[in-house]
Amino acid sequence: MRGRTAVVGVAESDLGEVGPGFTPLDLIGQATSRALNDAGLTKNDVDGLFSASAYYHMPTLSVGEYLGIRPRYSDATSMGGSSFVSHLLHAVAAIEAGLCDVALITYGSTQRSDGGRLVFGSEALPYEAPYKPRYPVSMYALAASRHMHEYGTRREQLAEVAVAARKWARLNPKAFKQDDLTIDDVLAAKMVSTPLGKLDCCLVTDGGGAVILTDANRARDLRKPPVYLLGAGEAHYHRNISQMPDLTTSAASESGPRAYEMAGVSVTDVNVAMLYDAFTINTIMFLEDLGFCGKGEGGDFVSDGRIAPGGDLAVNTNGGGLSYNHPGMYGLLLILEAVRQVRGECDDRQVEGAEVALVHGNGGVLSSQVTAILGSAGTL
Amino acid sequence: MEPPDGKQAPASIYRRYLESGRLGFQRCDACDSAIFYPRVICPVCGGDSLEWQESAGRGKVYATTAVSRRNEEPYNVVLVDLDEGFRMMSRVEGVAAEEVRIGTAVVFEVRREDDEPVAVFVVEGR
Repeated sequence: MRGRTAVVGVAESDLGEVGPGFTPLDLIGQATSRALNDAGLTKNDVDGLFSASAYYHMPTLSVGEYLGIRPRYSDATSMGGSSFVSHLLHAVAAIEAGLCDVALITYGSTQRSDGGRLVFGSEALPYEAPYKPRYPVSMYALAASRHMHEYGTRREQLAEVAVAARKWARLNPKAFKQDDLTIDDVLAAKMVSTPLGKLDCCLVTDGGGAVILTDANRARDLRKPPVYLLGAGEAHYHRNISQMPDLTTSAASESGPRAYEMAGVSVTDVNVAMLYDAFTINTIMFLEDLGFCGKGEGGDFVSDGRIAPGGDLAVNTNGGGLSYNHPGMYGLLLILEAVRQVRGECDDRQVEGAEVALVHGNGGVLSSQVTAILGSAGTL
Repeated sequence: MEPPDGKQAPASIYRRYLESGRLGFQRCDACDSAIFYPRVICPVCGGDSLEWQESAGRGKVYATTAVSRRNEEPYNVVLVDLDEGFRMMSRVEGVAAEEVRIGTAVVFEVRREDDEPVAVFVVEGR
């Protein structure tokens, strides 16, 4: 599948707080319209539809109806925030198999305008519910506690992740949070579920996005330089945190190698890493699990600004779920930034020579892990 | 007490154990894995013959968090590794939420909350 399919259009909807009355489908409409324009395609070119939602029980039906798209291939794979990275792989497979020609992956959420109420549609496990963990933060906090215990990871190192994300956000006009942030600010923030404070947690914002893919030959005739899907891999072991085999190692340790193998690249080839940072511990764990450093070394890896602008590795250059946008499920927005970095469209935050971008989606409570590798024409 | 009739729902059997002050779990006849939460198939080997056993109720804290909620005192949520080889979510009572330490030896007790029996733990030897 390597390089035979490409992303040809990407866009966000309006972001942040869109105001009362707007629905998630309205944001999907905005994003789709803009992404089609980015690609130079029309909605009637789309014959493959991919979506997931906490709002709509049958998301591709709702999206298809709203947009007036009548797909011949429809995929509503739902595994939390990583779903959309998974859709990327599924879309490539469908295009390769001739089941569709132009795939639209889209998502929208108005959770901030809805009153900051997180919409999860998540059922509580009867064997966890009596203990009243705060879903999902307490589950990530448990993982962080274990990581700190086993590897000596410190709260200051978690805070480095939030500070680096904010520094990138300040280079992205679309980022929700633009004010200066220090390690001390993160450490002093109100505790939510130890060791994670408020600023270790992602934003609660409105937002949506759309990604359009087609086969590589058609892609070359479209408006923007194609960004090729070089490889992708999925893995999941659990839904509930009490069932996660080892709280310090996620299934990214399998999805990553699967993606690298298909892509024919190694971790040292990656110029930009977009890692699903719902919480600060995520970035540290995924850097380890995806091979950027050894297990337990993530805290040191992110220290002294090494993943901030000007650091050793460009991570979450849009500002991440921590400072740019996190509309309930964030995975689709990771893809947008990776595509723009490879296209060279990122202005002040553009990474020089960004040829290979890694996208890593996470869903549930460190549950579903999906890795995708995108590359420029030069990587084929 | 004899292991309850296997035709009952796993959740019902687990509850009956708790109602009588005991912590039940399952062990796979085929691969000997300890299984929790209760189910009808072994998630390790796929075997469909699972035997109910009573845990000695001793274990160690594997992970811990102190949860803050508006207008509430912080409380802890832990994962406990039981000596028989299974893990469950619970809380440790009698210790300040932030003072629960990973590795602490804990012992099972039952509490009654909202008319439901709930498995909790206390620090061993206290």
